[in-house]
Amino acid sequence: MAGWLVRRLVQAGFVMLAMSAIVFVGLHAIGNPVDILISPDADQAERARAIAALGLDKPLWEQYFFFLRGAVQGDLGRSFVFNEPALKLILGRMPATLELAVTAVIMSVLVGLPLGLFAGLYPNSIAGRTVMAGSIMGFSLPGFWVGLMLIMVFAVTLGWLPSSGRGTTAELFGVQWSFLTRDGLRHLLMPALNLSLFNISLVLRLARAGVRETMPLDYIRFARAKGLSPRRVVFVHVLRNILIPVVTVVGLELGSTIAFSVVTESVFAWPGMGKLIIDSINVLDRPVIVAYLMIVVALFVTINLVVDLLYTVLDPRVRLGGRA
Amino acid sequence: MSDVPTLELRDLNTVFDTRAGVLRAVDGVTLSVGRGEVLGLVGESGSGKSVTGFSIIGLIDPPGRIASGRIRFQGRELVGLAEPELRRLRGRHIAMIFQDPMMTLNPVLRIDTQMMETIQAHERVSGAEARSRSRDALGQVGIPSPDERLSAYPHQFSGGMRQRVAIAIALLHNPALIVADEPTTALDVTIQAQILAVVQKLASERGTSLLWITHDLSVVAGLADRVAVMYAGRIVESGAVDAVLDNPMHHYTRGLIGSVPSRNRRGHKLLQIPGMTPSPLDRPAGCAFRTRCAAADAACETEPALTRPEPGRELRCFHPAHGAVAA
Repeated sequence: MAGWLVRRLVQAGFVMLAMSAIVFVGLHAIGNPVDILISPDADQAERARAIAALGLDKPLWEQYFFFLRGAVQGDLGRSFVFNEPALKLILGRMPATLELAVTAVIMSVLVGLPLGLFAGLYPNSIAGRTVMAGSIMGFSLPGFWVGLMLIMVFAVTLGWLPSSGRGTTAELFGVQWSFLTRDGLRHLLMPALNLSLFNISLVLRLARAGVRETMPLDYIRFARAKGLSPRRVVFVHVLRNILIPVVTVVGLELGSTIAFSVVTESVFAWPGMGKLIIDSINVLDRPVIVAYLMIVVALFVTINLVVDLLYTVLDPRVRLGGRA
Repeated sequence: MSDVPTLELRDLNTVFDTRAGVLRAVDGVTLSVGRGEVLGLVGESGSGKSVTGFSIIGLIDPPGRIASGRIRFQGRELVGLAEPELRRLRGRHIAMIFQDPMMTLNPVLRIDTQMMETIQAHERVSGAEARSRSRDALGQVGIPSPDERLSAYPHQFSGGMRQRVAIAIALLHNPALIVADEPTTALDVTIQAQILAVVQKLASERGTSLLWITHDLSVVAGLADRVAVMYAGRIVESGAVDAVLDNPMHHYTRGLIGSVPSRNRRGHKLLQIPGMTPSPLDRPAGCAFRTRCAAADAACETEPALTRPEPGRELRCFHPAHGAVAA
């Protein structure tokens, strides 16, 4: 187990190294930030000074080496635009995105799993078919449009929920969170729902497929032949088995929800990382982009690790490290 | 009370509604199992043996349904009984053992969970008591160091051991009847013998009736008191096991016996029953076996009535054969 963990961490290190190199080279290929950052009427001397100040006069490999040396010490460079450490900039926006993404994923499980169980147990009922038809909408409607419609209906027409911002926040562990106040929760609800819609459909369909696959198996028949109540059969025997694929997908989706909540954050003016990365790409603020992508990779690696660990809890046949 | 059979099926019809039509899996089966008796239900794949078993325990799921007939358990009618009532019988008074031990235990739950829930589904007992009863049951089916094995998961057991666990679960409530659906088919021959010995011993000690579903005549010969031979959803011949095996009258039974390899017939070609079991959607009228039967003639196109050629024997055939199957 310890050996497995060490091996995984070393692998994670290599993944991040490879990622940083790709991002670094790629960013240099797509454009020169100097053209955007420095005013066009600056003279030659001014230009040269600015380029030197940003460290852009050095060859690419030297810049990369410089970046790596800093990264090892926890310094991912300074934003060209804000002149602040990129890491600090991103971490400052992270709680907003984290709380949005986690809420969305929790909602997708809380809504998707029961609906999926239902649709799987009663596949031919009208309600079951309706749930499945509805899930197609969750897949196919574009997120930004659903977001706009939500605002139209709940904010503009009905006036039940606020349409933008985080609302009142409260402090926990030195960070401001929206979910701790009533007003913050009201602000959180709509963007989280918008972000979770796709995942609700995904979890729902997975759960339904799992139930349909598990119900006719011998061990479920045996459980019924033992005289267990239908409740116990479904919530213990079936659910434990379908949780395995659900946990995998929810884990991976948590990563992509955090990384790519850009659209929802834009629609609802949610001040998270997604908004920051879009702005940074527009002005080619390289350090911020690199730092953001590094953080996203680290996040994915961590989530995958946690999912693997959860497997061992859910499925006794899985033993980490390849030993039987 | 003692003359009421543990299980009595009368003209049971279990059908499946499919797009291609009504599939008559069990077609007028009548049989009875006395107290402490072992009835072997024999037939090839698709003959309706397993569906008969599932009908008894009330686990026929749509599109299947029991269309007509009676299932009496200790004199009580089970057909039409409400699901909660059936559930109280299941696992407690009627238990079932399945064919594939690799598939009957839930892979993600520990053995103790799966055993204790069986006890606690029917009795209000503490966890500690349920656990100690589970441990005793494991010991009785011959699982070494049952205390440790209780906390194991199914994948840590071999197939034979898993079947022992399933048998232990079936025996937890001392049921009056166990429906065993080919429980030794998936096992090695040596393990098969061990499992048979365990079941035989425990069932006779406790006076448990067994309905032993199998396609293996050698298992029936060693285990059963009586045998019923099933073909295409019907029972074609039944009687005491020695009488039927020594003097099979139905040509299907003779075919089955002839196709069992024997030490005395080395070098001889094994007999085969020509053709295949007819599709349950498209059974020949009259005797369903006539398309594969050498003795069939025009008379067989009507349904043969049930006859009693000897005391304790029943037969559905117009042209009964006599004598042992030629070696």
